[in-house]
Amino acid sequence: MNRAFRLLRRRLVGSVPVLLVVVVGSFLLLEAAPGDAVDAYVVSVGGDAGMIEALRQSWGLDASPMTRLAAYLWALLHLDLGHSVAFSRPVLSVVLERLPNTLLLMGCATALSFFLGSALGIVAGARPGSFRDRFLSIGSLALYAIPGFWLALVLTIVFSVELRWLPLSGMETIASGKTGPARALDIARHLVLPVTSLGLIYLALYLRIMRAGMAEVWRMDFALAARARGISRRRIVWRHVARNALLPLVTMLGLQSAAMLGGSVVIESVFSIPGLGRLAQEAVGARDTPLLIGIILVSAVLVVAINLLVDIAYASLDPRVGASEAGA
Amino acid sequence: MRLVRLFRSPEAISGLVILGLLGAMALAAPWLFPRDPLSIAGPPLLRPFQDWALPLGTDRLGRDVVAGLFHGARTSLAVGLAAAAASILVGSVVGTAAGFAGGFVDEVLMRITDAFQTVPGFLLSLALVSVIGPSLGVVVVAIALSSWTGPARIARAEVLSIRERDYVASARVIGMHPVEIALREVLPNALPPVLALSSVIVAAAILTEAALSFLGLGDPNRVTWGGMISEGRAVLRSAPFLSIIPGIALVLAVLGVYLAGEGVVESSAAREGQA
Repeated sequence: MNRAFRLLRRRLVGSVPVLLVVVVGSFLLLEAAPGDAVDAYVVSVGGDAGMIEALRQSWGLDASPMTRLAAYLWALLHLDLGHSVAFSRPVLSVVLERLPNTLLLMGCATALSFFLGSALGIVAGARPGSFRDRFLSIGSLALYAIPGFWLALVLTIVFSVELRWLPLSGMETIASGKTGPARALDIARHLVLPVTSLGLIYLALYLRIMRAGMAEVWRMDFALAARARGISRRRIVWRHVARNALLPLVTMLGLQSAAMLGGSVVIESVFSIPGLGRLAQEAVGARDTPLLIGIILVSAVLVVAINLLVDIAYASLDPRVGASEAGA
Repeated sequence: MRLVRLFRSPEAISGLVILGLLGAMALAAPWLFPRDPLSIAGPPLLRPFQDWALPLGTDRLGRDVVAGLFHGARTSLAVGLAAAAASILVGSVVGTAAGFAGGFVDEVLMRITDAFQTVPGFLLSLALVSVIGPSLGVVVVAIALSSWTGPARIARAEVLSIRERDYVASARVIGMHPVEIALREVLPNALPPVLALSSVIVAAAILTEAALSFLGLGDPNRVTWGGMISEGRAVLRSAPFLSIIPGIALVLAVLGVYLAGEGVVESSAAREGQA
C-alpha cells in the first residue's frame, strides 16, 4: 500500500510540468483564434462598443501576453475554464455535463477490446503458425484498417436500417419515462453499435500485442522448463505464458486512452451521443474556441488520471516494478 | 537479394499491389477524369452498374462516383505521405536534439513530447483546423502535429545508445562541431528504426484525414473519401452504396500501407538475421 502511494505521489508530481505545457499550448491556440473572450461574451449577451472597451479593460485583455497567460493560469487553478459562446454558460459546467456519457462509451469499448482482444490473442498465440493463428492475425490486420466512423455507418445500415434490431442513434429513447433496469437496458441497446465501432480497432491492437507477447514468452527459459517438466500445453498457456504476456497490454491500456478519446469524437457524432466528442464537434461548428480548448484541457487531465490508475494497476500486478521504483 | 525476399511473402506482395494500384489511380486521375470531380456528370443518385459511362453511379448532386474515387486517392495519398514525412522530420530532429543535448534541453523537449501525447491527437487536429480554417496544408500540419511524438521518442532512444559509440567519440576527438556530429554521424544511424514506423504513421494519417473530412473539416475544394462517405450519409437508407464504396477504398489503402510496411520490415529483419 505504501509502495502504491509513493508511486502515485511521484507520478502526480511528474504530471504537473506536462499539464503546464498543455495549458500554455492551449493558451497559444486561443490567442491564434480570431476574436477574444469579450467578443464571445458580447455575441452571447450583447453590448455596444463602449461596453466592449470597458470589458476588455476590466478583464485585463489589454495587458501583455505574459500577464494574460498568468491570469489564464490563475483562472484555471480556480477551475474557471472560461465562458462558452454557444451555450452562454461556463465551459466547465457544459463539459462536466457531457463527460459521463463519454466515460461510459469509452469504458465499455475498452472492456470489449481488452477482454475479447486478449482472449483472441491467447487463442492465436497458443499455437504460433497454426491456421487459427494466421486467420486471426490477418483478420485483426483487416480490422485495424477499418475506420471507426465507416464501420459505424455500415453497422447502422445492417442492424438499424435493414434488420431494425438496434436503435439508429442517441443515448436512450427520449421521453420514454423508463427508470431503473428498464432504462439501463435501453441505454445498453443504444450503446451496442457505438461501443462496437469504437472498440474493434483496439480489439485488433490488443490481439496483436497479446499474440506477439506470447510468441516472445514461449521462447523464454521458464516456458521451456515447464514443457520439459511435462506440464500440459493448455496449462502452460494459461498459467505461465498468457499471464506474463498480459503485462504489456496493461501499459497499452493507458497509452491508448488519448487515442480512444479522439476516436470517440467521430463515433459520438455518427450516433448523436451527447458526449465530449459530440460537444467538440458542436464547438467547432459554433466557432466556440474557449469551449474547444476546455474540452482539450479536460481530456488531457482525464488521460493523465487514466495513466495514473494504469501505473498503479501495473505496479500491483508486477512486483518487480515497485521494488525498483521504491529504491530509486 | 532483399527485393527477392520482399516478393516471397504473400502479405507484402498484396500490400505492394494495392499500393501500386492506388498510386496509379492517383497519378492517372487528371488524365482519365479531366473534368472537375465536383462537377455534375449525370442524373443524381444513379445506382452502380446501370450506365457504363458512370460505372459506379452518381451521388445526391449527380457527381461521378468513380471520378471521386480516383481524385480522392490523390488527396488521401498526398496527405498521408506529406503528413508522415513532416512528422518523421520533426520527430527525428526533436528526438536527436533531446538525446544529443541531454540535461535541461532533453528535459524540456521530452515534457513537450509528453504533453502532445497526453492531448488526444484527433482533438488537437480538430482544434487547429477549426481555428486556422480547412485547407490541404493546414490538414497536413494538423495531422503531423499529433503524430510526431512516436518518431521523436524512438529517435531519442536510438541517439542515446549511439552517442556512446566509438565512432562518435572519435569524431569528437578530431574536433568536429557537435551540430555536425549530430547531423552527420548520429542522425543517419538513428533513422532506420524511425523509418520502420513510417507505414503506421502513413496509415494513421490517411485515417485521420478521412475522419476530419468526414466531420466536414477537409479542404472544401477537393474530393476526399471521407467527404464522400459523409456526403452519402444523407441518403444512407436509399443509397447506402454512396457511403460504402469510398469506405472500401479507404480500408484497402490503409491495409495496403500496413501490409507493405510489415513486409519491408520483415524482409530487412531477415536480412539482418542472416548477416
